[in-house]
Amino acid sequence: MTFTNSAELLAFHETAYTIYALLIISVIAWFGYNLTRKEAKSIVRIPFYGYIAFLVAGGVGHHIFTYNTIPWVSQDITRHSITPDATYKFEIEDHKWIGLPKKITVQCGQTIEFDVRSRDLVYGFGLFRQDGSLVLQMQVNPGTDVTGILESNDLLWTFNHNGVFNLTSTEYSGPAQYSEDGKDLMFVKNFVEVVGCEDGGKK
Amino acid sequence: MSIVKNLINGTNFDHTSLNALQKVTLRAVVMSFLFYGLVAIEGMIMRMVQTGPVNPLPEMFSHPDHYFSIMTVHPIVGIFGSTYQLVFAAFMFLVPFLTKKPLYSIKLANFVWLMITIGTALAWIAAFVWQYAPLYTLYWPLPADTKQFSAIGGIIFILGVALIMVGTLGFIYNIYATIFQRVGVHKDKTTKELLISGFGIDGMLNLWHKLTGRPPYTKEPALALPVVAIFRGTVDTFLDAIVILGAGVLVLVYLVFDVAGHPLDVAAIDALLYKNYFWWGLDLVADGLVLIYVAGSWYLLATLITGQKLFMENVARAALMLELLVSWMVWSHHLLADQNQPEMMKLISGEMVTAFELLTQGLALFITLVTLWKARPLKMTMELKYLLGGLVGFGLAVPAAIIQADMGMNRVLHNTQWIIMAHVHIALIVGLYMTLYSALYVLWPIVTNNTKMYSSKLSNVHFWMYLIGGIGMGAFGGMAGLDGMLRRHLYVDGEFNTLMILAAVSGSMILIAWAIFLFNIVMSVGIKGLIGIFLPAQDPTASYGIEPEKVAENHKV
Repeated sequence: MTFTNSAELLAFHETAYTIYALLIISVIAWFGYNLTRKEAKSIVRIPFYGYIAFLVAGGVGHHIFTYNTIPWVSQDITRHSITPDATYKFEIEDHKWIGLPKKITVQCGQTIEFDVRSRDLVYGFGLFRQDGSLVLQMQVNPGTDVTGILESNDLLWTFNHNGVFNLTSTEYSGPAQYSEDGKDLMFVKNFVEVVGCEDGGKK
Repeated sequence: MSIVKNLINGTNFDHTSLNALQKVTLRAVVMSFLFYGLVAIEGMIMRMVQTGPVNPLPEMFSHPDHYFSIMTVHPIVGIFGSTYQLVFAAFMFLVPFLTKKPLYSIKLANFVWLMITIGTALAWIAAFVWQYAPLYTLYWPLPADTKQFSAIGGIIFILGVALIMVGTLGFIYNIYATIFQRVGVHKDKTTKELLISGFGIDGMLNLWHKLTGRPPYTKEPALALPVVAIFRGTVDTFLDAIVILGAGVLVLVYLVFDVAGHPLDVAAIDALLYKNYFWWGLDLVADGLVLIYVAGSWYLLATLITGQKLFMENVARAALMLELLVSWMVWSHHLLADQNQPEMMKLISGEMVTAFELLTQGLALFITLVTLWKARPLKMTMELKYLLGGLVGFGLAVPAAIIQADMGMNRVLHNTQWIIMAHVHIALIVGLYMTLYSALYVLWPIVTNNTKMYSSKLSNVHFWMYLIGGIGMGAFGGMAGLDGMLRRHLYVDGEFNTLMILAAVSGSMILIAWAIFLFNIVMSVGIKGLIGIFLPAQDPTASYGIEPEKVAENHKV
């Protein structure tokens, strides 16, 4: 089992968490009902240390599961030893993108490096599908190294599905990001287009 | 009695019969619930703005300056003005009550609620008048960005937060001074014995002795378990206050220099290092004191409601110590989207240690449920209902956060509505507040000298509206997060309006529930009584003599 993009992951997550939420509400409601009944009996006896083992397994197992099913985790950890198919560098200052390509076209399966630097505030870098769902994001922190060069905030991403994605800053950097009537001034329509994938994703 | 007479005189509340400890507790409770109303109104304004063009509010609320200034003070009013105030009031009453010793200082307790009230009001005024809006996260250098914000507004905001923290330090001093007072049952205890018990080391030693087949280290720990939780959580409250004060001083220095015409270079402060420092401190609220205080409150409520010893008490004591250590090492889960944060810190602090919160909070939930189960049948009183509601809240909210504290999930959930709605709002509104309401119903007869609640029907309506509204708002907001809706972003075109309308409807249930609760309380104590709470107490006693065990008698079928 591998999630090839965030849409698949989020759909799985929504289903799994909804089931869990209904389960925990039901368990405590059942508990509440039976607390008032003298004749209530335990349906199942949960051993205390077995429960602890279950919690530990749940906490650790969750990360093992995601590491093995979400490809961008290991890619992110080892990103400095991976050569991208293309790198795009740009900066942000005064709530404006500087040196931003007008549009990026990506072939299916290509691994792209986004290298974003801030000259003043903390911003974010996020790509969104046309329906508003999030493809990826990272924080963009300001700062320079000892030589005065702006600190890089880099993210490596492999695109496995066709799509046209919008860009905006995902971190609040003050009301100046918006016009008086509330329009997002950092929003860039159709910034990335991925082509060449089959319907279900990948070539 | 007619409604008007009830409104003026209450049921049978007599403020002149209250002692100094009861009065100072009720003063803070009143202020807390007034701030709660303010925060609920602010929340509803933001919820309605997010519904887009269909929202009926005047256009000014959709202006970014206005909208984000509300978003900036919303957590300050909610967390400090309301929650801190209510928790501090409860604990400054409970520690003397449980240790059967007087509170160290009533004057200091009055100072605490006044400082928090004035501080919260100042921060609110700074946002309302000057629209100072760097948000509670204060990501450097935004709070010192005088191109966007008024320096005067910033100075007043920071002074407000500083006053809140000074009040917090007053609470901490009062709690520890009370615990370490060697009077009453602790007359013959040494500071070392109280420290060992306060940190739960006696619980660990008891467990170790049991494993090695020796008699228990102590059969009667010096401090009751809820006092241990308060002791332990207050360590985090202290560290958090120091960090927030430190950040406040830094921002203040920059703003004062700016006003003086000598602006300092904001680049002198490393933004990522600042984020680490700030989140370490701020996370001590979310993942430290809240979880520890809540676990302690559950244990207290379960033992008071059942009148029985807590299930696995030594494990609970040891788990509180573990929770304290865990809370110091989890802040990196807030920095999983920061690419320059060292990977090992993300893995160890952000993922692995954070996952331990599932264990510590899961344990607290299990121990509380088993303690209740062993004592059945119980009457389904308001306090029991609210306690179960609190358990549901954390049962939902903690896993929601653990899921996001993962490098894979964080990439697609960070800064979305998922964390703020499915985790934070459910944890606070449902988990924490329902626990606090449970404590309120348990303590109500004790703190008010058996004042009759005006209407139990209204109490029930409040419970159900609050529970459904709280879970509903968190769930619909969380779903919007999964659909890509950001948490610190302004949407004016109704991009997520179906879910936002549902969240707003749920949010309005919370607001109405608050109004019903307030009406019920005012009708119980009456306006005269409400004013009387703020008049000096005739009885200067700083303790309360009822044995805690007697509270349980009210819950037996």
